[in-house]
Amino acid sequence: MRDAIAELVRDGDTLAIEGFTHLICFAAGHEIIRQRRRDLTLARLTPDLVYDQLIGAGAASKLIFSWLGNPGVGSLHAIRRWTEGAKPRLQLEEYSHFGMVCRYTAGAMNLPFFPLRSYAGTDLPTANPLIRPITSPYTDEEVYAVPPLRPDVAIVHAQRADAAGNTQVWGLLGCQKEAAFAASRVIVVVEELVDEAVIRADPNRTILPGLVVDAVVVEPWGAHPSYAQGYYDRDNAFYIEWDAISRSEDALAGWLDEWVYGVADRSEYVEKLGRQRLDALRPAPAPSGSVDYGEYR
Amino acid sequence: MSGATGEGYSASEMMIVAAARALAGQRVCFVGVGLPNIAVNLARRTVAPDLELVYEAGVFGARPARLPLSIGDPTIVTGATAVTSMFELFGHYLQGGLIDVAFLGAAQIDRYGNINTTVIGSYEAPTTRLPGSGGACEIAQNAKQVFVIMRQSPRSFVDKLDFRTSVGTRVSIVVTDLAVFHRRPADRVLHVDALHPGVTLDDLRASMGWRPKFGEGELVETAPPTQRELALIRDELDPAGVYTK
Repeated sequence: MRDAIAELVRDGDTLAIEGFTHLICFAAGHEIIRQRRRDLTLARLTPDLVYDQLIGAGAASKLIFSWLGNPGVGSLHAIRRWTEGAKPRLQLEEYSHFGMVCRYTAGAMNLPFFPLRSYAGTDLPTANPLIRPITSPYTDEEVYAVPPLRPDVAIVHAQRADAAGNTQVWGLLGCQKEAAFAASRVIVVVEELVDEAVIRADPNRTILPGLVVDAVVVEPWGAHPSYAQGYYDRDNAFYIEWDAISRSEDALAGWLDEWVYGVADRSEYVEKLGRQRLDALRPAPAPSGSVDYGEYR
Repeated sequence: MSGATGEGYSASEMMIVAAARALAGQRVCFVGVGLPNIAVNLARRTVAPDLELVYEAGVFGARPARLPLSIGDPTIVTGATAVTSMFELFGHYLQGGLIDVAFLGAAQIDRYGNINTTVIGSYEAPTTRLPGSGGACEIAQNAKQVFVIMRQSPRSFVDKLDFRTSVGTRVSIVVTDLAVFHRRPADRVLHVDALHPGVTLDDLRASMGWRPKFGEGELVETAPPTQRELALIRDELDPAGVYTK
C-alpha cells in the first residue's frame, strides 16, 4: 500500500475512493493521511467516515459529493466544521446520487456530458452552475446535464482480484466500475489475491479487467469499519464512536495520532483492533449456488 | 383498522403505523433508511404483503433479515431478487418509471410538499449543513408518488424553505407525529386529513409555519396502532427502539 499510494496519489489530485457503504477502502485513506498528501479534491457520493478523516487531517481542499452524513448515525462533524459559518475552509461541489453516477459514467464513456431527469424545479442548479439544462435535439424536451468526472486516481476495494488486477465484487456494486473506468490511474485493494483461474471460472463477477488497473494491493480488513459482503459486517460501534470523536478537533487529532499516524500500516491497525472485535464482525456463511458456464471446444 | 388497540405507544410508533397503512395496495416501493424502513417493512407484514422493496444502494426485492443499520447494509443484499449497479437502479428502475411509491424524509417542507435537506441558512455560509440530496431530488421527480414521513414543528413545517432540494409535485401523502396530510392536485397544497389520537387543532397550528388547510370531509382521528402492529415494530422491526422511542 505504501508504494502504491506513494507512486500513484499526488498532491492536488482529484481522488475517488468509491464504494456505497460497502467496500470503502479505509486502508488507502489512512495511508494517504500518513503520507500527508495535501490539496486533494475528493470525489465520492457519500463522503462517509473515510473523507471526514481525510478532511479532518487536512488532506483536502475540495469535496465533490451528493450526500453528506454518517450513514444511519448522523452528521460528519469534521466536514461540517470545515463548511459551516462565515468562512468555509472546504470548497463544495454538490450533485445528487444519480448526478454523480452519471458524471462517472460520462467520464468512463468519454462523453462531454450525461443527461438525466433530475434537478428540475430545485435550487441545485443555482447552487452548482455545472448542473445545466439542455434541450433534446429530437423532442425539444428539457432535461439536465452533468459534466464528466475523470478522477486522477480511483481506489476500489474488492473481495478478490488476481495479480494482473482482474477484479471481482459481489454484494452492492455502487459505482466503482464507472469511477475506475473514468480515472487515469486505478488502485485495487483486495481482501484476497486469487489465481487467474478463479477469475476465469466466474467471469460474470468481474467488474474491472486488469487492463485498467495500475496496482493491486492485498489488505485483509482493508474496508473496516465499513464492510465486505461475505467477509465481515460493518463495525457499527465505530460509526457511532466516530460521532463523538469527530465533534472536536482535539479528539479527532488524538484519534488520528493513535490509529493512523501511530501505526505503520494496515496490518498493525488490524492487530490493534484485536481478534475479538474482528471475529464478532464475521457473518455466518450464505454461499451462492453455482452456475454452469459449459465447456465449448 | 381491525384488531385490538395497543397501549402506551409513542408518537413515533403512531407515525410509523400511519405511514405503513398508507402503503396498502402498493407494489414497488423505494425505501429510505430509518423511519421509512420500519414503515415499509411493517406494511409488507400487514397491508401490502406483495410489496417489493427497492433500495437506492442497488437492490430490488430486498428481504432484510434485520433492521438495516444503513441504506447499504449487507442484509438487504442476502436473499434479494436482484442486485444492480447504482447506474441501473437509478436509470432503469427509477428513471425508467418502475417505482410506484417512494418514501422521503425532510428537514423542512413547505405547503406544496417541496423539501429541503441541504442547508439551514444561506447556501454559501449555512448555519447548519444538512446531508444534501442524496437520491432525493431524482426520487421526487421520477417515482409515481412520494410519501413524506417526518416530525412536525415550526422549524420543519415552514412558510418558505431555506433551499429547495426536491420538488413536491409528486408528493401525495405526508405523515407526521401529529397528523396525516394529503396533497391535492387542484390547489397543489397539503390538506390535513386526520389528527393522531390526543392531538388538538391548537397543537397542529402551533407546529406549522402556515395556516393549515383541511380536507373536504370531516376531520378524523387516526386509528391508534393495534396490538399486532406494535408487536411487529417492537419485537421484529426495531427491538432496540432506535427509531421508535
